[in-house]
Amino acid sequence: MAKQYETVIGLEVHVELATKTKIFCGCSTAFGGVPNTHTCPVCTGMPGSLPVLNKQVVEYAIGVGLATNCKITQYCKFDRKNYFYPDNPQNYQISQLYLPICRDGYVEIRTPEGDKKIGIHEIHMEEDAGKLIHDEWEDCSLVDYNRSGVPLIEIVSEPDMRSADEVIAYLEKLRMFVQYLGASDCKLQEGSMRADVNLSVREVGTTEFGTRTEMKNLNSFRAIARAIEGERTRQIDLLESGEKVVQETRRWDDSKECSYPMRSKEDAQDYRYFPDPDLVPVHISDEWLESIRGKQPEFREAKMERYKREYDIPEYDIEIITGSKHLSDLFEATVAICSQPKKVSNWLMVENLRLLKEREMDPEDIRFSPEHLAALIDLTEQKVINSTVAKEVFEVMFDQDIDPVQYVEEKGLKTVNDEGALRKTVEEVIAANPQSVEDYRNGKEKAIGFLVGQTMKAMKGKADPASVNKLLKELL
Amino acid sequence: MANVISDETIEYVGILAKLELSDEEKEQAKKDMGSMLDYIDKLGELDTTGIEPMSHVFSVQNVFREDVVTNGDDSENILKNAPGEKDNMFMVPKTFE
Repeated sequence: MAKQYETVIGLEVHVELATKTKIFCGCSTAFGGVPNTHTCPVCTGMPGSLPVLNKQVVEYAIGVGLATNCKITQYCKFDRKNYFYPDNPQNYQISQLYLPICRDGYVEIRTPEGDKKIGIHEIHMEEDAGKLIHDEWEDCSLVDYNRSGVPLIEIVSEPDMRSADEVIAYLEKLRMFVQYLGASDCKLQEGSMRADVNLSVREVGTTEFGTRTEMKNLNSFRAIARAIEGERTRQIDLLESGEKVVQETRRWDDSKECSYPMRSKEDAQDYRYFPDPDLVPVHISDEWLESIRGKQPEFREAKMERYKREYDIPEYDIEIITGSKHLSDLFEATVAICSQPKKVSNWLMVENLRLLKEREMDPEDIRFSPEHLAALIDLTEQKVINSTVAKEVFEVMFDQDIDPVQYVEEKGLKTVNDEGALRKTVEEVIAANPQSVEDYRNGKEKAIGFLVGQTMKAMKGKADPASVNKLLKELL
Repeated sequence: MANVISDETIEYVGILAKLELSDEEKEQAKKDMGSMLDYIDKLGELDTTGIEPMSHVFSVQNVFREDVVTNGDDSENILKNAPGEKDNMFMVPKTFE
């Protein structure tokens, strides 16, 4: 019988924090600025410059640590990790090796076999590096230090995951905690969340770990799943043919669906860590810790439970809405205005999701305000506009966050409630379509649909289809 | 001298520090490092049970900044430190991973 293999996976997740400034200086962290316009002597590693720690970074890190059941290291320090590379202007990265801010936590994920705890080894604070661009024309490299010194937390898991599904469930869970804390938007595509996958295989039943590889450059959940499958197969093939897995870092190429080695870990990455003498220790008092604990937001699980109790909406809707912090904020704020949870949920679940998909946007990118969505719901409830018009207005609101009341007024989209005008149009439609009238009278119920459509067209869409239907039946 | 630094060690340390040393300098560095390690060994003779390792000479802790942008665009001055410049970026020898 062929050997059965088990995949053992641990993750290193880097999250770019949503602070306004860098971790050790007052430079902006805004994305996409002209190169080097967000730099100063500190984040370009000029001799004599002194780093000063951004307090918000510590608070975000503690927030994530508490959410993931970690022990907070109340006396923690920063260390220097030494290496030479042009994107790292100091020739060392400020990180935490000896006393990381959080340790020994876990998150629970749902698996087909039931709930499972994924251990968190540690979370530490560190700085990001600059961006290196290779210039083929000049045969040189160009460096932009705008990202240098942007705060990161690195969340290191235990090797507790056994499949791509578990990895994705774990990442989703982390992403939810971080997003709900407002600590980061966690976008894999844009690099504000980056996951490195440590993977090894071993025969089922053995307790010793196999030799692991580390996979980088995974920019989507899909890429992660494919890379795990690819690496598992590659390692098993090696073992089956009597070869050995080499401990190394590999880069995943998602377009080619394969990985290739970046650098071998055997030629010693000797980082010569030592405590950073420029940064004094951080002491997190019980009071400070408790004040952060007191400010922790309602996380997804708690929110889902509350929605089930408070709102009469389907469980599926709850899953989707709470799956994004922004979407749930929008939902709650709109319900607070219009007290119509079902209607709000419907708009968010149907038209909103359709447009998000069409425009290839994340829920976090939604721009329309709860006030405007509430106003649109009110317009339909009061039958000022019909549902077809409402969908059109929603689309404009989705793209431009217009005020629906004003828009409907300006564009003259109100439903005509003038009974006389409507009756007149219906009579004209009946007179102009004798064949359909005949069909309907001969029992072809469907013919009325055509007549409703003709009436709506004649009214330029500004009639209530239900009233038209009723009136037609009456006159026929 | 109790600690003798091997040729391999001095070679390796040189690579890590990106220093090219002449044979003479290597010999001198071997002696210096050896005596440094001897001194550390001396410290090792002390009984330090129950004493927290010290990482800073000052008893200062919790020096923070508030999260407020204080720096504007100073790229013109910053780029004066660059070995070369192109498109507002630092130009360096071609570097690959």
